[in-house]
Amino acid sequence: MEMLTNALLYLNGVTVSFDGFKALNNLSFTVETGEMRAIIGPNGAGKTTMMDVVTGKTRPDLGDVMFDGSYDLTRLDEAEIAELGIGRKFQKPTVFQSQTVADNLELALKSDRRAHAALWWQESAAERSRIDDLLATIRLTAERNRLAGSLSHGQRQWLEIGMLLAQEPKLLLVDEPVAGMTDTETQQTAELLKQINRDRTVVVVEHDMAFVRELGVKVTCLHEGSVLAEGTIDQVSSNERVVEVYLGR
Amino acid sequence: MTPHILIRSLDRGAIFFLLAIACIAILVPILNLAVPSTSAFYVPTYLVALFGKYACYALLALSIDLIWGYCGILSLGHGAFFALGGYAMGMYLMRQIGTRGVYANPILPDFMVFLNWKQLPVYWYGFQFFPYAALMVLLIPGVLAFVFGWFAFRSRVTGVYLSIITQALTFALMLGFFRNNFGFGGNNGLTDFKDILGFNVQAETTRNALFSTSCLAIMIGFVLCRAIITSKFGKVLIAIRDAEARTRFLGYRVESYKLFVFTLSACMAGVAGALYVPQVGIINPSEFAPANSIEAVIWVAVGGRGTLTGAVIGAVLVNYAKTYFTSGFLAPYWLFMLGALFILVTLLLPRGVIGTLRHWNALRRDRASAAAEDGVREPLPAE
Repeated sequence: MEMLTNALLYLNGVTVSFDGFKALNNLSFTVETGEMRAIIGPNGAGKTTMMDVVTGKTRPDLGDVMFDGSYDLTRLDEAEIAELGIGRKFQKPTVFQSQTVADNLELALKSDRRAHAALWWQESAAERSRIDDLLATIRLTAERNRLAGSLSHGQRQWLEIGMLLAQEPKLLLVDEPVAGMTDTETQQTAELLKQINRDRTVVVVEHDMAFVRELGVKVTCLHEGSVLAEGTIDQVSSNERVVEVYLGR
Repeated sequence: MTPHILIRSLDRGAIFFLLAIACIAILVPILNLAVPSTSAFYVPTYLVALFGKYACYALLALSIDLIWGYCGILSLGHGAFFALGGYAMGMYLMRQIGTRGVYANPILPDFMVFLNWKQLPVYWYGFQFFPYAALMVLLIPGVLAFVFGWFAFRSRVTGVYLSIITQALTFALMLGFFRNNFGFGGNNGLTDFKDILGFNVQAETTRNALFSTSCLAIMIGFVLCRAIITSKFGKVLIAIRDAEARTRFLGYRVESYKLFVFTLSACMAGVAGALYVPQVGIINPSEFAPANSIEAVIWVAVGGRGTLTGAVIGAVLVNYAKTYFTSGFLAPYWLFMLGALFILVTLLLPRGVIGTLRHWNALRRDRASAAAEDGVREPLPAE
């Protein structure tokens, strides 16, 4: 297929309206392969809607959303997009509460997703060691057989990041990973994301400016559904418009 | 069938349950046929028939638990699949009557002669052959569930909306089957059966054989359900039950998983209905009544959804209570008692009888080995 763009994720002129309200208004930005990008912006700026569009939950009224230069995400559904290699971590941690930590990872592990494959499936040594590795990465080795519902808030966030990794995505969309975390947990999460970014592209939506500063990556500030400013954290946080609508007061 | 699936599905509890059912399947006929009627251990024939009925209900409950307990699909119309399986069997039994009917017509069942029909409708063809009828017992509920599920799950109809349309499905079928020109005996349904596979349906031995067959059907259904829920497929089902959207974002095609279990569950319900009809001797449109489907859901809730064994036990318990209370002076109040039971179970015992026992067990084990635990934990039953 012909490459239309070199960027891993390419949004151009995306508009989404709900009953006349424009959640996204002619939004355009690109994320390069291997990059980590932080997205900030006030409530209602369209951060979550942007993720919904990329993951196929919401269809844009106008505009192009391209992945890996050749896939038009506006024509695919959630399962197909996940299959392409886009993983998403939700704002509210959603793990499968009545199943164990290991089972959660197993469900997320890259594999044949079709029903009959799941029926005849047998755990392989490779899968088991992959789960062990993931548990070590997200610091949950000791909690392997605990039910996910009994984990602390921070541990759940990590489990969800682990599930994202298990899918071996090319692009991770991470929505507010440190909301409700303690300072130590926040710092550990920043380290974890940096470690992940070594071989994957990451887009982080976050409110916590200290955390964004900690990441030290390019920042895009959204406002009313379009890009307000883009650059380093220092450039963006000194931008007059950003101070006015977001950082404020 | 690959053996690893079977081996994985049979843990200690499952084997114990299967053995218990097998014992009952063997013991009841012995106590009925071989023990003299004066003995204290004698099981009268009417009880064999009654137990057979419970066994069919238990299989229906099992089929509901598979989709409700493990996949969160609350079908309030499962009685429709049960009744369709029953009608398929009823049609076979009608064709076996032959010239022994009131009008002695070798081809046409009595009600068709009565309605002045001259020939057998095309959709009755083939039902004189048992293998064909047996195939239809699986195929008719299965195909209906597949088509219905295909539309419902693809359009992402879930939760209470799905429950309502399943209810509408069974209601619509009931209205249809009440009509004489539908060709299924109208409101009288199909009855006056004589033979099944050449044996008299009223005979003691036949009743015992039907009872044991029903127990065998429960065992097969149970192993099938266990094989599914202990596979990765089962883990995906529970994931769908607990967080459907999340499962989609993991790349699973939720609708194919739902469609598969829903269709399988409908086939199981069809078999339950087919075994039910020769044991009670009649099938009529009231089996499609929405209330029947709701009652079946209550059995599962009482036993504990998401436990399989609970569904079987719940069905037997509630139906035993129904038999007991509807035959005494409390008879007029049975429906109130059933309603109260559902409310009480929902409020006080949300995990159901078996679910609560398992939960206590899990808590005890947790306390015993809070530090070092390395057994693989089974997923919790649904609440």
